[in-house]
Amino acid sequence: MTARERIAGSVANYVDERTGAAAWMKKNLNKVFPDHWSFLLGEIALYSFVILLLSGTFLTFWFDPSQREVIYEGSYAPLEGLKMSAAYASTLHISFEVRGGLLMRQIHHWAALIFMAAIVVHLMRVYFTGAFRKPREFNWIIGVGLLTLGIVEGFLGYSLPDDLLSGTGIRIAEAIIQALPLVGSYLAFFAFGGAFPGEAFIPRIYTVHVLLLPGAFLALITVHLMLVWYQKHTQYPGPGRTEKNVVGYPLLPVYMAKAGGFFFIVFGVTAFLGAVASINPIWLYGPYTPGQISAGSQPDWYMGWLDGLVRMAPPLETHAFGHTISWNILIPGLIVPGILFTGMALYPFIESWMTGDKREHHLLDRPRNAPNRTALGVMSLTFMLVALINGGNDIIATTFHLTINQIMWFSRIAIFVLPPLSFVITKRLCLSLQRADRDLVLHGRETGRLVMMPHGEFVEVHEPISAEKAWLLTQHEQNPALALDENDSRGVRRPGALKNKLRARLSKAHAVAVPKVTAEDLKEIEHH
Amino acid sequence: MSNEIEAIKDPGLPAHVHRRADTDPKAAKKAERQVAILFLLSALGTVTLIGSYIFIPQDVFIFFPVLGNTNAHQLFLGLGMAASLFFIGMGAIHWAKTLMPDEEVVIQRHEFRSPDEDRAAFVATAKAGAEAAGLGRRSLIKRSLGLSLGLAGLSPLILLRDLGPLPGDELSKTSWKAGTRLVTDPGDRPIRAEDLEVGAVAQTLPEIAKGAHRKLSDIGKDAVLLIRLRPEEFNLDAERLSWTHEGIIAFSKICSHMGCAVALYEQQTKHLLCPCHQSTFDVTRAAKVIFGPSARPLPQLAITVDSEGYLVAKQPFTEPVGPSFWERSS
Repeated sequence: MTARERIAGSVANYVDERTGAAAWMKKNLNKVFPDHWSFLLGEIALYSFVILLLSGTFLTFWFDPSQREVIYEGSYAPLEGLKMSAAYASTLHISFEVRGGLLMRQIHHWAALIFMAAIVVHLMRVYFTGAFRKPREFNWIIGVGLLTLGIVEGFLGYSLPDDLLSGTGIRIAEAIIQALPLVGSYLAFFAFGGAFPGEAFIPRIYTVHVLLLPGAFLALITVHLMLVWYQKHTQYPGPGRTEKNVVGYPLLPVYMAKAGGFFFIVFGVTAFLGAVASINPIWLYGPYTPGQISAGSQPDWYMGWLDGLVRMAPPLETHAFGHTISWNILIPGLIVPGILFTGMALYPFIESWMTGDKREHHLLDRPRNAPNRTALGVMSLTFMLVALINGGNDIIATTFHLTINQIMWFSRIAIFVLPPLSFVITKRLCLSLQRADRDLVLHGRETGRLVMMPHGEFVEVHEPISAEKAWLLTQHEQNPALALDENDSRGVRRPGALKNKLRARLSKAHAVAVPKVTAEDLKEIEHH
Repeated sequence: MSNEIEAIKDPGLPAHVHRRADTDPKAAKKAERQVAILFLLSALGTVTLIGSYIFIPQDVFIFFPVLGNTNAHQLFLGLGMAASLFFIGMGAIHWAKTLMPDEEVVIQRHEFRSPDEDRAAFVATAKAGAEAAGLGRRSLIKRSLGLSLGLAGLSPLILLRDLGPLPGDELSKTSWKAGTRLVTDPGDRPIRAEDLEVGAVAQTLPEIAKGAHRKLSDIGKDAVLLIRLRPEEFNLDAERLSWTHEGIIAFSKICSHMGCAVALYEQQTKHLLCPCHQSTFDVTRAAKVIFGPSARPLPQLAITVDSEGYLVAKQPFTEPVGPSFWERSS
């Protein structure tokens, strides 16, 4: 036994005698993780969160979250002598005087954008492959919570520097609060410590941004990861992979090296972006004052869809009995996002209700094999995309020499027309892909080799596909729609008949499929 | 559940294919060297970072194609940091991919549902616990506990009351009074009608005592935009026309939609546009909304001139400025 082994042994012994960790570690170090590039998306979100904590902590050492008015005397000459808040002045100080300060600010902002993008793409992966199904519904809901908190956290973060652009964003947020019926003006005055903008808001959202929400993130991410760990990761279908097993690489050493290495890669790429790609150059916007604004005011992308919805809202207000209800703010700013996010959080339960499927699922779906779900996902994304495009309507108008009115009217119509259209197209595409899979299994791969038959006919030679491929294309389940009769055996209408009718119809829509190839079919074709 | 008669058979995990480094010691040695080179590149990155921090002054700008004029200090600091982190990751992953075992391992899943006897035992324990506490029988305790917990939950709400004052009529009032002079922003100079040419726009605020502090929350309600047209270009009723002065018309600059500064004036069409959500207001028709999400015109401020010829407010705003709120009556 070498000296090193002896020391390691006695440390391990010390810990184990007090915690019994060895048994747990033995079991978990051999944990198997399936490998697929799309499983890295959630990892990117996790790593950018760590980067955000590190770079954010750096920024707090110099940032002064105060709306106290100061005269700028720093090294950025164009703003010399201007009145501004201490928050804005200290952000300028970080950008121009603190060495590495601008780099850290840019890393922090880029990491926030990457965090949100990774969450959204991870969510899309989980949705389109059906990874949210039983037993992972809790984790889906936690994920939706993290996405929502991320939007809020990001908004608060870019509001902190108190520049002209972000101050305008806060003004809009205040107007949304103020628009709430009954309590709006009270809530706004409580949040801002009086009339907008006051001097209380930046210090308050600073506490929320650096303490409350990161705490909530830490708690939710911990539960999210513990559930992934405990429930074991889903895996893509393939030869040898079943609902009962996990095929992949053990935690020690391969997965640890890969995941640990990937953290450094994500951090490195973020640092590269922070080094070369300027982001949120607040010194160009100037300090916030409510009487001024710059053209082309744009939020960060994850808020863009919300702004786009607000922009396309029709000018509707109700004035009655001495009160005002601003539908033009409430519908796009609260009601529609509320419906979208609630629907998203509840989707696993809605789908299981439609299909009647209450079993555990650990094998992922190929999106084409769940046409209804895939189409619904594309439909939601189309909705978001139209809203996002409209959120940049001023930029698009100036870039492509269009009028704002044209883009706005396009969006107002497209937000109703394009999502259903994309649903129909996606569903058709999925079924076509299923048909293509069927052809491939039945008739094999086209080789591009043409052969002239003795009687002069030209035919293309097809090659049978491998057994692995044939299995991949046929392993999925095709379940029939729920049979829910409106009337019972005596012809009496069942209670809840209307609900059942809806459920049966949805279930039928969900079960539409091109029949997959069976061994029977293959045998039959061999006889020809 | 599946409806197929006989499915195609699962061929099972494909046979493992060895990598060159698994069998050829030379290839393994080469992979080891590659990993080491990647780690050394990272070290080089850290050296760049330290060097840039110490030796590159903060005010040196260098030109790079695509990037343009870039601050050399921040650029090399960042590039050094990026390399130092990125290549650690590359090295680790290359190591894992070439030299660590790449044989796939299979483990079994277990059902999450607890065995029936455990479930039954749990229910029995929970029931016994509730029974022992007498939660079901002692309704007096249950109700009084519910009451006290509910009341205790209210206290944070009470304690947060001092977050801000009650709105009162703050949202409905501005600093403008009859006779308040309009002064330029910035500059705080009073304005005469002849200072504004036809087609010109001026951003103004109400005059305050010299040296007095102007709060941002006042600017947020008081900002007023002056626009001068030819008087015959107006399309206003008699009252609103009497609120203008020699073709000069004054509107609240705070958008009636969500409170942004309505700062874009299109001279040709005489439209005011809010850059936030593109609500468009027609200046000739008392800022009527002609496009966009805003539901109300910008409030018009009645103006005239005082004895010295400076523009003044004729009266306060007749309606609240800025975005709508529940207590707003029109």
